[in-house]
Amino acid sequence: MANDLTIQERLAIGRVHMPELAPEIRSRNFEEVNRGLGREEAVREARRCIQCKHRPCVDGCPVGVSIPEFLDALAAENLPEAARILQGDNALPAVCGRVCPQESQCEAKCVRGVKGEPVAIGYLERFVADWAMGNAAELPKSALPPASGKRVAVVGCGPAGLTAAGELARQGHAVTIFEALHDTGGVLRYGIPEFRLPKEIIDVEVARLLDVGVTIECNVIVGKTMTIHQLRDQFDALFIANGAGLPTMLNIPGENLKGVYSANEFLTRVNLMEAGRNPDSATPIIQGRQVAVIGGGNTAMDCVRTARRLGAERALIVYRRSEAEMPARVEEIKHTKEEGVEFAMLTAPLEIVGDWEGWVTALRCQKMELGPPDESGRRKPIAVAGSEYDIPVGVVVNAVGTRANPLLTATAPDLELNQWGNIAVDAGGATSIAGAFAGGDIVRGGATVILAMGDGKRAAAAINGYLGGEA
Amino acid sequence: MFEVLSNEILAPNLHRMVVMAPRIASARKPGQFVIVRADRGEERIPLTIGDADQAAGTVSLFIQAIGASTQRIVSTPAGGHLRDVAGPLGMPTHIGQWGRVACLGGGVGTAVLYPLARALAEAGNRVTTIIGGRSDRYIILADELAAFSERLLVTTEDGSLGRQGFVTLELAKLIADPEHRPSAVFAIGPVPMMKAVAELTRPHGIETVVSLNPIMIDGTGMCGGCRVVIGGEAKFACVDGPEFDGHQVDFDSLKDRLTMYQGHEERARHAATDCRLKEVANG
Ligand code: FES
Repeated sequence: MANDLTIQERLAIGRVHMPELAPEIRSRNFEEVNRGLGREEAVREARRCIQCKHRPCVDGCPVGVSIPEFLDALAAENLPEAARILQGDNALPAVCGRVCPQESQCEAKCVRGVKGEPVAIGYLERFVADWAMGNAAELPKSALPPASGKRVAVVGCGPAGLTAAGELARQGHAVTIFEALHDTGGVLRYGIPEFRLPKEIIDVEVARLLDVGVTIECNVIVGKTMTIHQLRDQFDALFIANGAGLPTMLNIPGENLKGVYSANEFLTRVNLMEAGRNPDSATPIIQGRQVAVIGGGNTAMDCVRTARRLGAERALIVYRRSEAEMPARVEEIKHTKEEGVEFAMLTAPLEIVGDWEGWVTALRCQKMELGPPDESGRRKPIAVAGSEYDIPVGVVVNAVGTRANPLLTATAPDLELNQWGNIAVDAGGATSIAGAFAGGDIVRGGATVILAMGDGKRAAAAINGYLGGEA
Repeated sequence: MFEVLSNEILAPNLHRMVVMAPRIASARKPGQFVIVRADRGEERIPLTIGDADQAAGTVSLFIQAIGASTQRIVSTPAGGHLRDVAGPLGMPTHIGQWGRVACLGGGVGTAVLYPLARALAEAGNRVTTIIGGRSDRYIILADELAAFSERLLVTTEDGSLGRQGFVTLELAKLIADPEHRPSAVFAIGPVPMMKAVAELTRPHGIETVVSLNPIMIDGTGMCGGCRVVIGGEAKFACVDGPEFDGHQVDFDSLKDRLTMYQGHEERARHAATDCRLKEVANG
C-alpha cells in the first residue's frame, strides 16, 4: 500500500515530467500539447506527497480542493475515490488541471517545493479528472438532495457560471444558465485554444452539469434579450458572471486596417467558429505569413501560437517591457518559444502601416529601455529616441487586454459599479441588488479561470444562505 | 432552435422570413438586429429585425443571400429551423419629432429602413420615402412603405421604374424645395449611397442618420471586429450603433474593411458550386 511508504521513500521519488508533443509537429496542428500522465507515473507522483499535517496547498487553491486526500487515494490506486473527492470540490477539474497556474497557487505552497520540486498537483488533477471522464461507470453516483423549490438564474456559461451552477444544483436548487453565445463554456471555448484545452473537455464537463439537472439556454443576451430585473423577478436569486468583454484599443494609427484583430476576435474566430482549423467552418480568418501579437499575457501567447498553427512562418510577440515583467505563465512562455516564436522585448508599437488597398504591411515599433519602477512596482519602459523601425507583417493581433462590457450593467442602473465599470460586490459576491450576486471577470476585470471559479463557488455558498440553506 | 414560419422571396436573392422568437419579439425596438446562424459550422450573420409581432412571438427578418452562410439561412423553408437567433442587439433608433423627414433606402437597405420609417411616421413625423435599386426587380416593400409615407419616390439605375438615377437625385430636389425640405434624413443602403447622401446634406446642415453594416461576430461588444470610425474615434457598431451621425462616419474605412474576406467568400462560392456540380454529376 502506498500509505505504507516512509517519508524517506516518498522524498526519494523525483518529480514527473509532462510528456509533450514535439514543437515541430505541434506548431503545425491544433492537437493538445501536454499529453497527460500515464497511470503508473501518476501514482508514483502522488506518492511524492508526504501528507503533511498543515496542508498549505489547500490554502493555495482558490476553490479549496482537498488536495492531500485526493492524492492519498490516487497513491493507493483508488481512482474512484480520488475522483469523488476531486469532483466534489471542483466543478471543472479537467479544465483546471490544464489551465490553472499551479506554480503560483497550490504547488507554490507545497512543502516539497521548499527544498526541491513541489508535487505536480496540476498534472495529477488532470490525470484523475481525465480518468473519471473515461470511467464514468466506475464512479459512485452521488444522490442529489431533494429539490429546494428555489430557482436560480446564472448569467454566463464561463468558468464562474459553470462552477456556481454545479454547486447550486448539488444543493437542490433549480438552476438555469443563460449564455449570450451559441455555445457553452464562455472564455473556455472562445478564448482558450484547442491545443491547451480541447473543446471535448468542455463538452464533457458541461454534460456533467446537465446530469445534475442544470438547464442551459444559449443565445440569451442578458441586458438585451432580457434585463437583469426581468430575471430577478422570475428567479429567487441571480448569479451574474458574464465575463470581461470589450477589447482595449491600442489607439495608434492604422488600427482599422485589414489584417488587424483584437485577441478576442482572433481567438473567437479560430476557437469558437473554428476558422482555419476545420475545413467545414464557414467563418474566415486572415492567415498571415508574418504575424505580430502585441502583449505579454497568456492571451498573447495563445494568439501567437494560434498564428503559428494557422501557417505563420514568422510570428512574434511584441512587448514593451522585458520578459521578466511578462504576466504570462512560465510554461506558456516556454511552449511559445519552443514553437519558434520570436520575442521582441522592450518594443512598443507606434503605428500599423498599410498599403493602398488598406491591408497591413508592417508594424512600426520603437525600442524601449527600463527606467525606475512605476506605481505598480514594475520598471517603467522609456522610449529610446531615434529607435523606430518597421517589422514587416500581414496580421497584427492586439492582446493588451479587455475592459468591462456595459451591455448588461447599463440595463440595471441600481447595480453598483466601481470606477472601472466592474460590478461592486461584498466578500460573498452580493451586489447592490438584493438576491443578485456576481463574480468572475465582470467583477475582477481580466483574471484567471480559477479565480473566476473561486468566485462562483463562494457566491454559490452565499446564494444558498440567502435562499435559506446553509451558507 | 427557432422555427421558420414563412419564407418569401421579395426580390432576387432577397428573402423575408418570419421566425418564432418570443423573447426577442417582445424586447425588440426599431433599429435593432439579431445574429443568426443557420446551423453548425455556419457564420454568425447580423440581420435587421424588420418587424415583430409580440402576441404571436415572431420577428420578421430580411436576408440578402450574398454568401454561403446567408444562402444557408434563406434555404431554410417554412417549418424548418434556424439553429441560433440571438438578440435584439444594437441601440434602438432614436425616434424624435423632426416634422419633415426623408427616409432613403437603397437595395436591401430598404428592408432595414422599413421599421425605422414606420416608427418615425407613427411618432408624428411627415415622412417622404425615397427608395432605389438597380432595376424594378430590386424595388422592394413599395406598398408597405407607401402605407404610412406622405410621399413615396422611386428611382432605378436603368429607369425601369420611377425616375432614372440614384436616390440622391430625388433628395437633392427635396432639399432645394423649401416646401419639402426635410429637417432630418435617414439613409440606409450600400456604403457609397450613404456616403453620397451624407455629402449632399452636409452643406445644408441637415441631420443625417445612417445605419452601418460592418462584419460582426458576437454582436455584444466582445470582439471589436465591427469597429467603425466615427468622428475620428473607434466605435463598435454592434453596441454603439448600428445607426450613427452620417456626417461623422468614415465611410472609406468601412468600405475597405467590408472587403476583408472577399477572397474567402469567392472561394466559398466556388466550393459550393463545385459540390453542386458534383452532386449533379453523381446524379
Ligand atoms: S460584433 Fe463583436 S464587438 Fe461588435
